[in-house]
Amino acid sequence: MKPTKTLLTAAALATAAGAVSAEEMTIVSWGGAYSKSQLKAYHEPYSEKSGITILNDDSSAEAVAKLRAMNEAGNITWDVVDVVAADAIRLCDEGLAMEIDPDTMLAPAPDGTSAADDFGDLLVSDCFIPQIVYSTTFGYRTDLVGDTPPSDVCAVFDLETYPGKRSLEKRAINNMEWALICDGVAKDDVYDVLATPEGQDQALAKLGTIKDNVVWWSAGADTPQLLADGEIIMGSTYNGRLFSVIEEQKQPVAMLWDAQIFDLDGWIIPAGLSEERQQRALDYIMFATDTQRLADQAKYISYGPARASSAPLVGQHADLGIDMAPHMPTDPENAKNTFLYNYEFWADYRDDIEAKFQAWLAQ
Amino acid sequence: MTQQGVLLTDTHIEDAFVEFQRVQKSYDGENLVVKDLNLAMPKGEFLTMLGPSGSGKTTCLMMLAGFETATHGEILLDGKPINNIPPHKRGIGMVFQNYALFPHMTVAENLAFPLEVRKLDKSTREAKVKRALDMVQMGAFGNRRPAQLSGGQQQRIALARALVFEPELVLMDEPLGALDKQLREHMQFEITRLAHELGITTVYVTHDQTEALTMSDRVAVFDDGRIQQLAPPDQLYEEPENSFVAQFIGENNTMEGVVKSIDGDTCLVQLDDGSEIDAVPINVHNPGDRTKVSIRPERVEFNKDRLHADAHTLKATVKEFIYMGDVFRFRMSVAGNDEFIVKTRNAPDAVRLQPGQEIDIGWLAKDCRALDA
Amino acid sequence: MTDASQNAGPMLAADGTPLKQSLARSLRRQKLRALMLVAPLLLFVMFSFIVPIASMLFRSVENSMVSDTLPLTVEALQSWDSQSGELPDEAVYDAFVRDMVVAIDNKEHTRLGSRLNYEETGMSSLFRKSGRKLKKLDPETDGPFKEQLIEIHEGWGKPNTWAVIKTHSPAVTNGYFLNAVDMRRTPEGAQSQPEDKQILIKLFGRTLFMSLVITGACILLAYPVSYLLATLPMRVSNLLMILVLLPFWTSLLVRTSAWKVMLQQQGVINETLVWLGLVADDARLVIINNQIGTITAMTHILLPFMILPMYSVMQTIPPTYTRAAKSMGATNWTTFWRIYFPQSIPGIGAGSILVFILSIGYYITPEIVGGTKGVFISNRIAYHISSSLNWGLAAALGTILLGVVMLLYWVYDKIVGIDNVKLG
Repeated sequence: MKPTKTLLTAAALATAAGAVSAEEMTIVSWGGAYSKSQLKAYHEPYSEKSGITILNDDSSAEAVAKLRAMNEAGNITWDVVDVVAADAIRLCDEGLAMEIDPDTMLAPAPDGTSAADDFGDLLVSDCFIPQIVYSTTFGYRTDLVGDTPPSDVCAVFDLETYPGKRSLEKRAINNMEWALICDGVAKDDVYDVLATPEGQDQALAKLGTIKDNVVWWSAGADTPQLLADGEIIMGSTYNGRLFSVIEEQKQPVAMLWDAQIFDLDGWIIPAGLSEERQQRALDYIMFATDTQRLADQAKYISYGPARASSAPLVGQHADLGIDMAPHMPTDPENAKNTFLYNYEFWADYRDDIEAKFQAWLAQ
Repeated sequence: MTQQGVLLTDTHIEDAFVEFQRVQKSYDGENLVVKDLNLAMPKGEFLTMLGPSGSGKTTCLMMLAGFETATHGEILLDGKPINNIPPHKRGIGMVFQNYALFPHMTVAENLAFPLEVRKLDKSTREAKVKRALDMVQMGAFGNRRPAQLSGGQQQRIALARALVFEPELVLMDEPLGALDKQLREHMQFEITRLAHELGITTVYVTHDQTEALTMSDRVAVFDDGRIQQLAPPDQLYEEPENSFVAQFIGENNTMEGVVKSIDGDTCLVQLDDGSEIDAVPINVHNPGDRTKVSIRPERVEFNKDRLHADAHTLKATVKEFIYMGDVFRFRMSVAGNDEFIVKTRNAPDAVRLQPGQEIDIGWLAKDCRALDA
Repeated sequence: MTDASQNAGPMLAADGTPLKQSLARSLRRQKLRALMLVAPLLLFVMFSFIVPIASMLFRSVENSMVSDTLPLTVEALQSWDSQSGELPDEAVYDAFVRDMVVAIDNKEHTRLGSRLNYEETGMSSLFRKSGRKLKKLDPETDGPFKEQLIEIHEGWGKPNTWAVIKTHSPAVTNGYFLNAVDMRRTPEGAQSQPEDKQILIKLFGRTLFMSLVITGACILLAYPVSYLLATLPMRVSNLLMILVLLPFWTSLLVRTSAWKVMLQQQGVINETLVWLGLVADDARLVIINNQIGTITAMTHILLPFMILPMYSVMQTIPPTYTRAAKSMGATNWTTFWRIYFPQSIPGIGAGSILVFILSIGYYITPEIVGGTKGVFISNRIAYHISSSLNWGLAAALGTILLGVVMLLYWVYDKIVGIDNVKLG
């Protein structure tokens, strides 16, 4: 009797373990069109190749808080998490994300360039594997701006030429930079000025000139909706959202690429995973961030691949059949005047400036 | 149907204080809850509306109070039609089934409420409240809340509140229903005393026949939306006009049969088992009519000496003897009816019949009433 | 009299044990059984309610990170006067390097940097940047460290850096509570935040004020509806009840977003008003992204919580009271105001407490339709929980909110009396 019983138990354990660990992993992302592009470009081919079932969790917006809570509870249920670079830096600082060695853990480019060189400056944190370059920029209603459509970001602050409501994100980041640029501060000096209380006041004062005409948004879908409803004449949002309003929904909206602010989105692997799960997560990352896969994602959404080697491989939109290269924020035509988000600066100043900004908003 | 015409003439009084004239009431437009009600009350009368639940008595009371409108007909108060007068302008005092004392006010505030809405000044109010409380012997309870009082005390307060603004007409809707037997009997006395002392016209609704009999000047027995009989209590008990009233008021033995012959104020009835008895014809008119014969248990005799020599008697078998202290109660099998009840007073010479005993029973013909079937 | 003398000794049960004792024993079993029946709920409440609240209270004062990560430094800083304006001596730097080498090994230095960055801007990058270079130092052989550290990052050459570490080194701190009321902990003691960062007290006030307005609006709207529900015939009132409950079956986000469609300047209400000519096309009403938007949407969302207790109280008011009052000569209005209304107050009280407490903690709806002037303190709590990760401050704000609610509850009890609250 006894050996049989042991055998059965062992078999049961093996099946149980197999069911949970060998076949499933949970990947956290933003949901919507973005998750869909990842499903098509990464998850489906990876599942086919490895046999692992990928569970999606659309929790990226709360990822930092949730990861911290999971970490404190000692029960991490996520395997790979998609976050913006600033969150990745925070997670890394908090010890909630594992450090990545690009040379051993990421695939080199097809021409042999190392991953570290291929990603280059975009590796902004030790824990962060960049995936896309997106930009926060402005869209405007072509039918509401008169005969001279705006070509310059400072149109946002020009109530005389472009009267009407505009939407801005309900936070300091990006808005403060645009305000200073349009208040005559040179692009290279923006963060130096913003580091001083006077510079912060200057930025707020500039924003104050349009405060009564601003609708403040907190969800990425807000500005496209406001534009479509005609509630605003122009507003900031992510370039991918504007692409879908313009190209998919065919709304009378156009894009203002001027002074677009580049930002990064990518993967982290939570710290404290079991050896086996960590290995699986790394295997996925190795596959999903190689040159071809990153280029593939651009077929489904208009965000630029984070690898230099992927750019030439960007093709046509999978459904619309239009060339995607001109819609990438990194396309030379679009990137004539760009602004680079300073992660280091905001990691230090976010708490302080954000508090001031919110107090200013509430006045 | 036959009694309608009778009632109309019966109830018409020259200077009636309260009068219902051919009043009908329907809630759903299909069924009449009150069917052609005619009733007239002189000033100062204590009238009870008695009947089983659903007989229309409460509806009549509510129409009089103004909470329900008559579907047809006229209600007159002191000669004036009141159909279009809202309840708060009718000036009728009312005591409700569950007293309806306002729980958020003290006893004194409850009593002062009708005076306040009449805009009496404070000192008058206080004097009247005090007098009303004293009248029901609750003078010391003015500052209590209703919830702190016993059922009997609440009842007194409700009564005082209905009387405090000195209405000429007071309506009471089963006011004693929630009290225990002893308290109820006490309050019955109290209410009639007050009503007569103050000379108030009272309409009292109850389904308790003892209450109706002991308190009222006249009782209106309701059934099926009609007044079945309107009469003083003794008349109602001793001379019921139809079998419903006979059965509803007091204990009653009923036997069914066919009228064989009518001779002036007596008739011969052949019961269904073939035996024959004498009865007074009340609403049987022709030989051959089916009838229900009614006889009160205490009017049945089994002492042959007390019966007429030529009286018809019936064979009876004693089934059960119940000792009730002041009376003996026998259940007998008579003419195929196993539930025939006979009562005798527990007098020194009273006979205790034993179960199984076979005897002859009889009664005076005038106590036996042949009613409608 | 004889009874009294017998009662002098303890009453004995039949078996000779004192009566009180045997009563207690027989009751104990009953109590135990009752306890076991409620045990599952008790445990559930313990773990899902009391423990989280206790942990929140604890977190709002807990501050062991500095002393845990830099134990030697904290001790060495004891003897340094933070207001002297001079840098601490070599002993502090030496202790700091020893602490940091351990902390870097455990990857704890950046966490500490984030923690101190809440208090002093720049700490985050100071710790992160220094970490890479400090890792290479050996505390035993590479000293002295003062010059080397200042070489690594100029931040270590500022007395203020050390003052911040010292100020925030106690394991229990009032710093989060000070922050929560627009003050801060400094080496010189508690001070007001600079004016341009003061927001939280204003938000507390606004939250209370708007919650009161919402509660008031709910009372006004819910009263007639509840009255109808309680007085209409069953069949009609059931239908009406379903309409009242219908919103419960729709997602909160959907309902709030629907208000957006209704209230925005190109929305249904404005379009209708413009079409009717009541409002000029260029002067459309601003009824969203401000306090009006929040009050409108939240009143709608919380209305059922007012209607239900009101309805269940009104249902218990027998119609005979109204009739009695009328029979005594009271007009409809007097009857309502003097008789019906006072008896419905417990329902208003219960509904108000429910709605007020719910609204004081709301954040999704204000976030979506509140713009900048219609947001609540809860929106800041949510921000500190999910965005800035300053959970200590969030906990302190939550604790204050809890305290305010309990204080108001107490005041309510004093004024109205809590036994005057009925849910049915």
